[in-house]
Amino acid sequence: MPAVSKGDGMRGLAVFISDIRNCKSKEAEIKRINKELANIRSKFKGDKALDGYSKKKYVCKLLFIFLLGHDIDFGHMEAVNLLSSNKYTEKQIGYLFISVLVNSNSELIRLINNAIKNDLSSRNPTFMCLALHCIANVGSREMAEAFAGEIPRILVAGDTMDSVKQSAALCLLRLYKASPDLVLMGEWTSRVVHLLNDQHMIVSSASTDLQDYTYYFVPAPWLSCKLLRLLQCYPPPEDGAVKGRLVECLETILNKAQEPPKSKKVQHSNAKNAILFEAISLIIHYDSEPNLLVRACNQLGQFLQHRETNLRYLALESMCTLASSEFSHEAVKTHIETVINALKTERDVSVRQRAADLLYAMCDRSNAKQIVAEMLSYLETADYSIREEMVLKVAILAEKYAVDYSWYVDTILNLIRIAGDYVSEEVWYRVIQIVINRDDVQGYAAKTVFEALQAPACHENMVKVGGYILGEFGNLIAGDPRSSPLVQFNLLHSKFHLCSVPTRALLLSAYIKFINLFPETKATIQEVLRSDSQIRNSDVELQQRAVEYLKLSSIASTDVLATVLEEMPPFPERESSILAKLKKKKGPGAVSVELEDGKERGELNGGADRGGEAAIAASNSTPSPSSDLLGLRSAAPVGGPAPSAGSLLVDVFSEAGSAPPSAASEDPAPPLFVCKNNGVLFENQLLQIGIKSEYRQNLGRMYLFYGNKTSVQFVSFTTTVSCPGELQSHILKCIPSLTHTKPVEPLVEGGAQVQQVINIECLTDFVDAPLLNIKFRYGGALQNITLKLPVTINKFFQPTEMAAADFFQRWKQLSQPQQEAQKIFKASHGMDTEVLKAKLLGLGTALLENVDPNPENYVCAGVIQTKIQQVGCLLRLEPNAQAQVAPPPPPTHTHTHTHLCAHALDSHTASVCPSLCGSHCITHCTHLHVITRYCIYVKDPHRVGSSKSH
Amino acid sequence: MQFMLLFSRQGKLRLQKWYVPQADKEKKKITRELVQTVLARKPKMCSFLEWRDLKVVYKRYASLYFCCAIEDQDNELITLEIIHRYVELLDKYFGSVCELDIIFNFEKAYFILDEFLLGGEAQETSKKNVLKAIEQADLLQEPRHEYFNVPVY
Repeated sequence: MPAVSKGDGMRGLAVFISDIRNCKSKEAEIKRINKELANIRSKFKGDKALDGYSKKKYVCKLLFIFLLGHDIDFGHMEAVNLLSSNKYTEKQIGYLFISVLVNSNSELIRLINNAIKNDLSSRNPTFMCLALHCIANVGSREMAEAFAGEIPRILVAGDTMDSVKQSAALCLLRLYKASPDLVLMGEWTSRVVHLLNDQHMIVSSASTDLQDYTYYFVPAPWLSCKLLRLLQCYPPPEDGAVKGRLVECLETILNKAQEPPKSKKVQHSNAKNAILFEAISLIIHYDSEPNLLVRACNQLGQFLQHRETNLRYLALESMCTLASSEFSHEAVKTHIETVINALKTERDVSVRQRAADLLYAMCDRSNAKQIVAEMLSYLETADYSIREEMVLKVAILAEKYAVDYSWYVDTILNLIRIAGDYVSEEVWYRVIQIVINRDDVQGYAAKTVFEALQAPACHENMVKVGGYILGEFGNLIAGDPRSSPLVQFNLLHSKFHLCSVPTRALLLSAYIKFINLFPETKATIQEVLRSDSQIRNSDVELQQRAVEYLKLSSIASTDVLATVLEEMPPFPERESSILAKLKKKKGPGAVSVELEDGKERGELNGGADRGGEAAIAASNSTPSPSSDLLGLRSAAPVGGPAPSAGSLLVDVFSEAGSAPPSAASEDPAPPLFVCKNNGVLFENQLLQIGIKSEYRQNLGRMYLFYGNKTSVQFVSFTTTVSCPGELQSHILKCIPSLTHTKPVEPLVEGGAQVQQVINIECLTDFVDAPLLNIKFRYGGALQNITLKLPVTINKFFQPTEMAAADFFQRWKQLSQPQQEAQKIFKASHGMDTEVLKAKLLGLGTALLENVDPNPENYVCAGVIQTKIQQVGCLLRLEPNAQAQVAPPPPPTHTHTHTHLCAHALDSHTASVCPSLCGSHCITHCTHLHVITRYCIYVKDPHRVGSSKSH
Repeated sequence: MQFMLLFSRQGKLRLQKWYVPQADKEKKKITRELVQTVLARKPKMCSFLEWRDLKVVYKRYASLYFCCAIEDQDNELITLEIIHRYVELLDKYFGSVCELDIIFNFEKAYFILDEFLLGGEAQETSKKNVLKAIEQADLLQEPRHEYFNVPVY
């Protein structure tokens, strides 16, 4: 019988626990438990009503049995009964049982709701706290449904005790995290909402209690961490004074790290450094104070050599994020030797893993060769658990920073040699893709794989790569008698019998390619194909290949064979599957570097076009690491491949996909969507925004589709629409309403798409487009994107059909200078009738056929609908194929009330112009002359349909 | 914090607290996996682990391992001190706490933890306040003689 038993001694429980501990075997324990379960069951079922103490004791025993890892299938009702007991300890045990045993979906929750309700309204603070704890501990949706309304009331009620308020706030936070849609309701929302953040609540709790202010000589470490964490939810303050004070605080924290410790206890240094690391996270989050970033990096540099393993680990981890800031990237790089040393000497695999991550993050063109070499040498002894990831990282870095592709090929073949088992398909597929797409490396690749295959025991992945590459490019080394066709074939075939079926199948294909490349090997290879082990192979795939290849080589003429077995065409470029694999393995941790990948890959892609000299030059030039990172910061689209010239005639927005508008808000309104309502509005490595819009009269509805292109969720995803300057709400109303599957859910899962609907009402004419701001966190980093919404005045065009006489009569009436806008511009590519027509229709006007006496010209008519006025518009486009005609000066506008509209239309017709020229036929120097005439009607509410002209 | 586990050097689970709902089967799986992983580590190794998409922070006190799973943005070092504060609370309440105290008074260990953490967040970081609350609850207990008069099972 143990002596330990504090508070109320439940002797029976203590006896039972000690019995269990005395059991010599698992069987004895189970026997003792079953005996106890039978006993409790009979007590619960017995006729005699149990008193509260017994009930409590038996429920406690059940709980103990459950915690030993056994299933409990009764006793729940007794526990529920305890909840309604007036005795605190009985109630407490009841709640403990419920919160430990009840799963979120349990039926039981409905039964306990009533008891919880009673306790919440009991005004007994200890009972209230018990109930709140239970709600928070279960934290399920049912709980939120039942109590999300009640808890804020308790939180804001004047007579609630502080301790209850604390529990209520954290409880509400818990429910909010689990079911955000259920919590934000009711008229007191605004009073509670600023308390919702856990951080806030700790603030109030800490400020009410100063007696335990310091923890091992560190003032309020929990509070400090929470506050620093809270600040990371916001962008850097714009107010200079506020920012100055914040910077001062952060400097103070960095200074304190240099002071001698006030205690030798690890608790002191842990608490102090917890604050320091949180401060560094905030500095990284702001990413705008180069001085602080570099100081943070230096501080972490000291920790890299600290005797505490924990600090070394955290410093490596934190430096990974610092490496992705343009301000501290170089500073991080200065620690390369220490990090490499950590990779080699750390005894703890998780620390070595961090070191490998950091090397990956700090890698750029200047140190890629060194880092890849170190990683390769580490791979030879690396822990099995991290080998695959290391292989992926080496493969990615080698591809990304390959200046000469022979180095890339060497690296990947080394990878296969060192860690062949961990080289996944993605990696060797990729090396083949790159060799096929780059003719400058093919000869080298053929030579290198040939040499690698000489090794008596080479990895099967090497045989795959070797077979594929020699089958394609063996001819490039066949001139050397040491690697003549037959030598190559014999080398490959010597590996054949040791390989698995898929590799053998690949080799058979390489053989038939040999027959095409080297007719002199035909007889030998046919003989191999004809052998029983091939043509009668029990594996269907191998047998089929042998039979078909044999037949093909004997029946087909050389020409046919050459066509069928032609060299592989370049692979279409897409995101590297290796990268996708790493993302899947790593989650958000691998993010920082991946973002850059797109850029590099873009360059590689460019180079993929055979003979794309410019693109190859681009990939060879060494962009400074800082510009790389800058691109990454602003989440601007990477320099995508040049639009394929003239691939689409009618789709005027064919360029939109490949060269989306930049993220920067100062960019002009994207002209791309003037004539089109649907398409891709924005795309970068993380996010794609598709747009679909429809307009009728002066109303419009825009559907935005935000697609998460990564496999990692975006958190705190918010979008806001604002109308700049004059646009304000009195001109154009944009009412966004997010329609998530789960409303107000600020998470966008990896690969998922959320939809947003924006309702638009055009009140009067306007020039500037509304702005769409998107914010979300990806991994640790806040992404902030501002785009112009493609809302232009022509969206509110109603096409008007009219006959020739009618048109010209109106045309002549609109002869005032302020009623006309003219624009003459060069068609940069040329003029194609269909393209022009599509553009004009896309503008929203009616294209009037057979109206203009000159068949070369195009005339259009339409009415722009706004809430307060209508603008009738006639448009005439006169293509002028005769080059070199000096354009007449465009008419100047006087400042009349029509000016704004004129300007708006003018700027839009002007912006249409470049997109009018996307045709494929290039005639040199042609001009388009657009004249728009318009009149404005003010809507008369009493006489709908009639209008008066200005 | 997503959950906290206390287990012995022999791998016996002494306390489990889940702040995010999990199915029983999943709880068992997670526990088995983590106990195994943590016990396999050597004393000088660092206290942090990447585990699934969470961070695991653990520390050994005598024969007991205290092990917390926190989310990506949470602070490892402050979590270590949360563990330490909890150990201090147990120590103060039981008076030089040992594993046996936690086995025989497991419900008290739960009550202290609940007073200190709520929904995985530190509710009350003051040692005094937590212990005051627990002692007050002890005072609310019915007189002991009432229990001694009741026969044991």
